[in-house]
Amino acid sequence: MKIVENNLRLTLLFSLFMLLAACSKTDDPAPEFEEANLAPLSVEFDNIVGDRTLTFNNTGSPYKNAAGEAFTISRLQYFISNIKVSTADGKAYTVKQDSSYFLIKGDDKATRFAKVKVPEGDYTKLTFTLGVDSLRSTMPIDKRTGVLDPAAGGGHDDGGMYWGWNSGYIFFKFEGNSNVVSDDANGDPTGKKQMKYHVGFFGGYSAPTLNNIKVITVDLSAAGIAKVRKDRQSNIHLFVDVMKVFNGKNSFRIAEHPNVMFDDFTAKIATNFLEMFKHDHTEN
Amino acid sequence: MHKKHWIVLFFLGLFILACKKDNPIKEEIEQFLGFQKPANFPEPVYKLANNPVTKAGFELGRALFYEPRLSRNNTITCGSCHIQSSAFTQHGHDVSHGIDDRLGTRNSPPIMNLAWNKAFMWGGGVYDLDLQPITPITTHEEMDENLENVLRKIRALPKYTAMFKGAFGTEEVTTARFMKALSQFMLMCVSSNSKYDKVMRKEAGASFTGDEQAGYTLFKEKCASCHSEPLFTDGSFRNNGLGISVINDKGFYAATLIETDKYKFKVPSLRNLQYTAPYMHDGRFLTLAGVLEHYNSEVQATPNLDPLLSQNGKLGIALNSDQKVKITAFLNTLNDVEFINNKMLSEQ
Repeated sequence: MKIVENNLRLTLLFSLFMLLAACSKTDDPAPEFEEANLAPLSVEFDNIVGDRTLTFNNTGSPYKNAAGEAFTISRLQYFISNIKVSTADGKAYTVKQDSSYFLIKGDDKATRFAKVKVPEGDYTKLTFTLGVDSLRSTMPIDKRTGVLDPAAGGGHDDGGMYWGWNSGYIFFKFEGNSNVVSDDANGDPTGKKQMKYHVGFFGGYSAPTLNNIKVITVDLSAAGIAKVRKDRQSNIHLFVDVMKVFNGKNSFRIAEHPNVMFDDFTAKIATNFLEMFKHDHTEN
Repeated sequence: MHKKHWIVLFFLGLFILACKKDNPIKEEIEQFLGFQKPANFPEPVYKLANNPVTKAGFELGRALFYEPRLSRNNTITCGSCHIQSSAFTQHGHDVSHGIDDRLGTRNSPPIMNLAWNKAFMWGGGVYDLDLQPITPITTHEEMDENLENVLRKIRALPKYTAMFKGAFGTEEVTTARFMKALSQFMLMCVSSNSKYDKVMRKEAGASFTGDEQAGYTLFKEKCASCHSEPLFTDGSFRNNGLGISVINDKGFYAATLIETDKYKFKVPSLRNLQYTAPYMHDGRFLTLAGVLEHYNSEVQATPNLDPLLSQNGKLGIALNSDQKVKITAFLNTLNDVEFINNKMLSEQ
């Protein structure tokens, strides 16, 4: 009886082990890298503000930057483009140009995913552009469709991301209110205490001009590599900390720069963009 | 046959000839020739292969050019500030006068020979004709509208449904189609039938007078390095030594943020000057005499002054009154009466 019991125990244990082994993903070998063997991958741009979630116009509990200035946010929109993934052994895939432009809008949760197709594989590195590359910025009107349509989103005073008077896209549009904004011409003469940061500039049509296009590289190896397979949806979850606009390497005070749209200071802010993206985890 | 018969026959013949004239003209209207490069012009800069000018496309573009719905409150058309009889400028206005009686900061430039333009606007910033209309449509002082709204208004009008179908095959109104149609109309605004052109093309009976010829020689010597033939602009951005304006308009610099572009503006064409006064980016000179005197004695050494206007330690271009008369005589040969009267380009 004892032997039978032992055997049963062993069998049970073995079955349990088999079951565990079957479930474990560590046993899932990376498929051979084939450019045509495409599977879904999404990159989630989860906007946060320092230690807090993003809420619009939260006048009851405004955010505070490193300089101690309280502010609220009324608009956050930015372009993500040219998504590229790389494996640990150096194989890389760049998503096809025509399916690689995304407009992330803070007030529209549906836009937070950049959904692309990449070959099945295990990816340890993600690269993308914050903005619209210069090639696409100078393309004929026929190629400017979807989020790149100059008519999309209305005028540039609203949700529009196209600058008519100086042909090009606004890469990053960040607006809000702060009591530190003055009521004179250097601040907001309408008295609404608005702050506006519109960062664009792709480097010029013919002669080189300011280039604020930023290429962001995210190492996925620490917080979870992306295992892209046909039968599931791998999602790289990034935190996008817009507080870094003020608190990054080129930190500044809202009171000193309440409106930055088309001057050299945009380059300082664009440098801060590099610190905005942090990989939180990957859902495989 | 009697002499009388001959006379009758002769008159009959005249009648037939007189009647016949009607048909070729009618045919000419029906047979749309599309964009044609004048014999004395260089190859166009605009990529016509991407947007060939068709009769339906041109007519749609013309309708849109004269369409008030392009502005916020449906009052301002492109034609409001670009009036054909003024060679598509806004005659009598130093700076453009737009929606709600708002005033801009720059003089409305002519819609003329744009197929040869490398850059648009007095201060640059726009490098593709297909993207230019976004600027006046969205500018606060001009049409103060946004493109999304314009397309919505256009889609709601049955007239345009048919026109878009005719021009592009389907009724769909897209940004690209809207822009391309406007470009087709503007590309057809070619001014190439001035006396100067006829002389250059050695057309029958065309020749300069003594003053015009002398003026032409002076022009080539003193003006042509910037206002190069046959478009009478080299399309570059230069500082021509105007005193800095009250609003401190920095011109090309605003688009490039490059220090050496400060106070540079696009070199305008000298064609149709008779119709396009006032002159300069802010319309500060009411007459040609004012412009010539500027070059003679009023050029200022502001930052980035064009080196051609500061030779041998002297500012400007010396012009005595006799030379001014002759240059003015030549410049008057650049006026194109056919262009400003061309019915095809008028509001229908």
